[in-house]
Amino acid sequence: MATQKALTLLDTTVGKKAALAVSGVILFGFVIGHMLGNLQVMLGAEAYNAYASGIKSKPLLLWGVRTVLVAALLVHTVIVLELYGKTIAARPVAYKVKKHIATSYAAMMMKYTGPVLLVYIIFHIAHFTYPGVSFGDYDPIAGDVYANFVNAFRIPWVVAVYVIANLMLGMHLYHGAFSMLQSVGLSHPRYNNRVKNIARGLAFLVTAGNVLLPLTVFLGLAK
Amino acid sequence: MARSMNLVLNVWRQKNAKDQGRFVRYDAKAINDHMSFLEMLDVVNEDLAHKGEEPIAFDHDCREGICGSCGMVINGVPHGPAKSTTACQLHMRLFKDGDEITIEPWRAGAFPVVRDLVVDRSALDRIIQAGGYVSVRAGAAPEANSLPVPKLDSDQAFDAATCIGCGACVASCPNASAALFTAAKISHLALLPQGGPERTDRVRKMVAQMDAEGFGHCSSHKECEAVCPKDISISFIAKMNRELITAMSVAPNEIKSRSKG
Ligand code: HEM
Ligand code: FES
Repeated sequence: MATQKALTLLDTTVGKKAALAVSGVILFGFVIGHMLGNLQVMLGAEAYNAYASGIKSKPLLLWGVRTVLVAALLVHTVIVLELYGKTIAARPVAYKVKKHIATSYAAMMMKYTGPVLLVYIIFHIAHFTYPGVSFGDYDPIAGDVYANFVNAFRIPWVVAVYVIANLMLGMHLYHGAFSMLQSVGLSHPRYNNRVKNIARGLAFLVTAGNVLLPLTVFLGLAK
Repeated sequence: MARSMNLVLNVWRQKNAKDQGRFVRYDAKAINDHMSFLEMLDVVNEDLAHKGEEPIAFDHDCREGICGSCGMVINGVPHGPAKSTTACQLHMRLFKDGDEITIEPWRAGAFPVVRDLVVDRSALDRIIQAGGYVSVRAGAAPEANSLPVPKLDSDQAFDAATCIGCGACVASCPNASAALFTAAKISHLALLPQGGPERTDRVRKMVAQMDAEGFGHCSSHKECEAVCPKDISISFIAKMNRELITAMSVAPNEIKSRSKG
């Protein structure tokens, strides 16, 4: 029996899932804050631009948070690649007939919604931040976040991209909110349902808010 | 009154581990609805033997749902359509005349097919060998009052200990993960005082072996829990994760992974 190198937590599938959950929680926390911040677009140009410049005026905090987020996204992605690299090989011969009797559509779609989110995140950052792109008949204005927002979401296909991507995020979090609790071992017969429902409730709120955001212009909530 | 039915079976036939394998259609005629699923296969096999053909190989032993030997994927569900039931305890009355039934072995890289529906599940044995035991002399049962165990712990330990190691959890999992089996075995001992001294080493060794055998990771699909003939809950998987995370953070000595087999 050949022994290999000493194992650390991250060498095990269980440890990798824990790291996936922790990086997922960081991203989950961010999307909650991101949504709340951006809902201020409905308070009008002044409030929204003030919120945006408020963030810009604290570069240390801004770059600190950005560093943590990029690290979390990197960890999340690398772990997914590591886990699935191994797991795809775990069933070399597929079933002819296989019924899924317990899992959810959201759970089965995780390995697709995840990569879609990665592409979406890159698109979204390029769209509004670095460098800031116009898909219509306007030029992005560096300091006027409000104008950029409203101009961007006058374009139907841009709205559609954001709505669809955020529905994917909703699906990702619907399963993720439950699965991350399992991964870090948070399970207790008395609190299980309550904790799971809170996590799923948060996932639902994030989705609702984020789907509303690109629709605000069409709904006349931002103009 | 017993009902009699005729069925069409699509059965996976594979001569040995090297053979490609294929599905073969069989007629199962005049099946009595009081039979178990395995008895139905016995009837088909008797017919095959009379015709001079090789009977369909499948694992079985107790036929009482307690040994964990039997197991096959019946129309896409390990152990078939009845909840909390092994294939040997599955009644034919759940099927009706004219039904077509597809029967496949457990599919997992860690469970190579030996023949037809028989797979080699010794990967699960090696997970147990890695640490699923208590290294003390097991004499007579201790005097009950000398070793108090909280009621909730004893109940949960018992729930975990009902695992018969059939491997349906692996078979059902979209990732072919053995998390439920391993978690049940780890939890059963972690919950009892006898398992205490080796607790941190046990979880590390057993998880390392589970990974070394080539099972997939847990994505919390809950398919395992749904097909488990003993209704073992995935909350034990959370417990295993908790045990490993704590053990890896506090354990003083290193753990080595072992190679497969
Ligand atoms: C806003 C961005 C994201 C958030 C908030 C997020 C959140 C989460 C959470 C909370 C989980 C559950 C972790 C667990 O099961 O323990 C998870 C799982 C997962 N994430 Fe993400 N994620 C994000 C982006 C991504 C990206 C970019 C990818 C693709 C590279 C990805 C792929 C996955 C996959 C495949 C799983 C399931 C892994 C499994 O259990 O099989 N996620 N995510
Ligand atoms: S033969 Fe023993 S459990 Fe089915």
